[in-house]
Amino acid sequence: MNPKELKYTREHEWIRVEGDECTIGITDYAQEELGDVVFVELPDVGAAIFSDKPFGAVESVKAVSDLFAPVSGEVVAVNGDLDNAPETVNTETYGDGWMIRVKLSDPGEVDSLMDSAAYQKLVDELRS
Amino acid sequence: MRSEPLIYELSSPGRVGVDLPVLPEADRPLSDFLPEAEIREDLPLPEVSQVDVVRHYVRLSQKNFSIDTDMYPLGSCTMKYNPKVNELTARLPGLSVVHPMQADEQVQGCLELLHGLERLIGEVAGFPAVSLQPAAGAQGELTGMMAIRAHLLLKDETRTKVLIPESAHGTNPATASLCGYESVAIPNGAYGEIDFEALRAAMGEEVAAVMMTVPNTLGIFESRIREICDLAHSAGAFVYCDGANMNAMLGRVRPGDLGIDVMHLNLHKTFSTPHGGGGPGAGALCVTEELEPYLPAPRVVRNDDGSFSRSVDYPISIGQVQGHMGNFGNLVRAYTYIRSLGAEGLREIADVAVLNANYLRVNLQDVYDLPHDRICMHEVVFSGRRQKAKGVRTLDIAKRLIDFGFHPPTVYFPLIVEEALMIEPTETESRETLDRFIEAMRTIAEEAETDPELAHAAPTTTPVGRLDEATAARKPDLRYRPPE
Amino acid sequence: MSYVPNTERDRRIMLEAIGVGEIDDLFADIPAEVRDPKLDIPAAMSELEVVRHLSDLAAKNADLGRWTSFLGAGWYDHHVAAYVDQLLLRSEFYTAYTPYQAEVSQGTLQAIYEFQSFICDLTGLDVANASMYDGGSALAEAVALALNASGRGRVVMADTVDPVYRKITETYLEPLDGSVEVVRNWELDSGGQLIEKQGALAGAIDRETACVVFQRPNFFGWLEETTEVVAAATEAGAMVIVVADPAMLGVLKPPGEIGAEVAVGELRHLVGPPSFGGPGAGYFATAAKHMRRLPGRIVGRTKDDQDRTGYVLTLQTREQHIRRERASSNICTNEALVALGATLHLAGLGRNGLRQFGELCVRHAHGAVEGNWPVGFAVATERPIVREFPVKCPGPAAEVNRSLREKGVIGGFELGRVWPELSEHLLLAFTEKTGPAEVACLKAALEGAAV
Repeated sequence: MNPKELKYTREHEWIRVEGDECTIGITDYAQEELGDVVFVELPDVGAAIFSDKPFGAVESVKAVSDLFAPVSGEVVAVNGDLDNAPETVNTETYGDGWMIRVKLSDPGEVDSLMDSAAYQKLVDELRS
Repeated sequence: MRSEPLIYELSSPGRVGVDLPVLPEADRPLSDFLPEAEIREDLPLPEVSQVDVVRHYVRLSQKNFSIDTDMYPLGSCTMKYNPKVNELTARLPGLSVVHPMQADEQVQGCLELLHGLERLIGEVAGFPAVSLQPAAGAQGELTGMMAIRAHLLLKDETRTKVLIPESAHGTNPATASLCGYESVAIPNGAYGEIDFEALRAAMGEEVAAVMMTVPNTLGIFESRIREICDLAHSAGAFVYCDGANMNAMLGRVRPGDLGIDVMHLNLHKTFSTPHGGGGPGAGALCVTEELEPYLPAPRVVRNDDGSFSRSVDYPISIGQVQGHMGNFGNLVRAYTYIRSLGAEGLREIADVAVLNANYLRVNLQDVYDLPHDRICMHEVVFSGRRQKAKGVRTLDIAKRLIDFGFHPPTVYFPLIVEEALMIEPTETESRETLDRFIEAMRTIAEEAETDPELAHAAPTTTPVGRLDEATAARKPDLRYRPPE
Repeated sequence: MSYVPNTERDRRIMLEAIGVGEIDDLFADIPAEVRDPKLDIPAAMSELEVVRHLSDLAAKNADLGRWTSFLGAGWYDHHVAAYVDQLLLRSEFYTAYTPYQAEVSQGTLQAIYEFQSFICDLTGLDVANASMYDGGSALAEAVALALNASGRGRVVMADTVDPVYRKITETYLEPLDGSVEVVRNWELDSGGQLIEKQGALAGAIDRETACVVFQRPNFFGWLEETTEVVAAATEAGAMVIVVADPAMLGVLKPPGEIGAEVAVGELRHLVGPPSFGGPGAGYFATAAKHMRRLPGRIVGRTKDDQDRTGYVLTLQTREQHIRRERASSNICTNEALVALGATLHLAGLGRNGLRQFGELCVRHAHGAVEGNWPVGFAVATERPIVREFPVKCPGPAAEVNRSLREKGVIGGFELGRVWPELSEHLLLAFTEKTGPAEVACLKAALEGAAV
């Protein structure tokens, strides 16, 4: 369910690390809890993000959730397709539903994130 | 029911729906009076005759459910019957065709009414000072929190936090933020009341206020409220009370007597002024003597000779929140209501509101989960979790109730109850109506066991079914645009 | 008068079902020491008695039906077509509540959608909400929007914006350590004339300015020069907020066409009599880019699962019940019924009627300007006025008004109540009710005004 090659946070974000850059989105559990995503508020390219601090928000019809940065760094790309098709977050959660691409300022931070087994355990606990 | 087009779609060139006097000097163009560059070229409003305007809106009205249709048990909204005599008095020319800037001597009746209403509300709620200026409960809340903030500033105290129960209405933390405060959420305890120990642990010198709702949003009276007030006061903090649930307390207890410092009341809830499809309301703000100097101005004062005037001589008032003397039209209605009822009538409201809610509680608690098995006040909160396990969510229950001819209760609030159903019947529902409601709710509970599809498909008796809210939020269509 | 159907008999039956002996038992959680207070409130009145009592209070007021009045200052006494109030009194409109359950609220929701559309058409802007408490709080929220959207701190406001609106805005900004910088964009000459100070407002705008606010027509009734202000704002990236009387938008160029990004104003006088200052309703319209920052409720059009068109509250994640402490506004209940009244009236006025409505006011005002004035009285501006203008009196304006009242005329707003140097100036407002005959009456009364 949760792709094994990704890392995860307690706030239900996933992160795909590629060298000194990474891609960030929200997990299947998060999109299911939110319901139909209607709007995603993301930072501008060039913005700085800080580990554990909010970098944006994702809205459904009845809820709004902050997006928490799993790592620190600089935003190098933002998924502009989400403006027109925010529902991609629901349907292509780990693929086209990505939100931002970040150049890591401290690649070591990734080590403290959960792997897919640990994250699955968290989700199982929440669902019980 | 036929779908009703938009008013624009009923337009035909040259039509008009009102009858206005003839223009003087019609032979002179408007540009004789206004610079050409300032004159509007075209106004794309529709052109409709009066008959067609009236029919259009009459047909629209027929698609609405209202208190005058059947029971409307929205929890915390107090959807009681709106007395028609209030509409008569609010329309008396002497009380309606009066301009707020007329000289005091010309509006003595208005000022006397305001002064009298302040006193009546103060007496009912147990406070020495009342402002009728706020236009709604939320605005009253904001005004009250501003008063607290201003007072602390004057005392040179820096306090940054406001303690708010998790079960609170969203306006509470929003208001705290608008006053520059950080909201700290305090959990509820086992019996449905606020967790006193958690509150005690969070109380301190950086706390400006605790915002309570009494009874709380579970419909439960906060039995330790006096201790809570003492706790706050000894830390130098204030106690704000969201008075939305005053209907449970009229004549039975005065919030001021409990130690509360500031409270707003929703006149469109407790005091019967009409809900109007979403407003206007009117929010009375009650404060202790300590906070009185901060109330918004202008205020009504009674002179030695018995006459009334308006004064702005309040040097430390927080300012002004509404343009004039508050939502006066609704204040007339509330005043009429209180004078109609008297003390006995007011107490009867609380008595029967609480009786009605408990009657619903005992007749539904075997089929719906009751988070707290205890006497409730004017409203009862159930959880739809039992039905959720069968695939029927609270939303489905709400929609299915519509097919039985009722307005749904408040759903998914308070947030601390899973699949919440908040039911407030009010005192103006008869036992027969309550029995019909109970019957409908019990039927729906049974349907959840035997035929969940009925609830999923509901409502089927309305002009439209469930609407696509996701698309409405993703691709907002918020105004008419003529076809290209 | 009691509206409680359940009799003693009903209550007995219910108490038995609940399993308690007395209603008192249901209040056991209330501390005994404070339970059952004695309320010092007058005894209940029957319907007849209460109507008599309220009528007695009403009789102590001078209602404008019996007086000729020139009071305006943001709140006007217009005739509103009779059908409006009668439709508002329909049970399904006025005893319904917020349309949370869309399927049973299509009447309210479609009417709000039409209201939003009308406001956009009137203002020339892209999106409007379902109403605010009044024009003043709408302005306060507009300023908040500008501050939040820009991250800047300065609020520049013309002195000629309604002083009550300014006061409300200052009250809202104070807890957030914000303030309004008031620009004195007019001056008084030795002859008592009010002169517009060209360039004053434009000159106050810089790159720290979140928004500039001006009013059309301004509080004194005239149309200010705005091209320079808008240019300066655009250059500096500051938001242009305009306060505009909706009743005059049938004749005047709308805010959207003169460079405004946000427009707010008061709707009351399009809905019913002045009602001693409330309830009113504020409108709030913005350019498309601010849609997700709009406070208050918004209705959107959508479809149901059978492809039928329907209306629903939307973009709710902006609001307090979802955002809670992150909400930028705490508004919940608005002024729905008053906004509905505006919708009803605007639907009947329409393209032709609203123009005529405005023209009546304009022509009546100019008729008064153009005629002779009694000695000592003079129109106090040369700027283009719309339906209101200041008049210089030969003595204290308060005295003039007192004298007028003795003759059955209610004069204008005493500008000295806001600006001490204008203690001899009155602000006179004109509506469809104050035509040549009423003006003649006013001038005759001024003639004999003892000052």
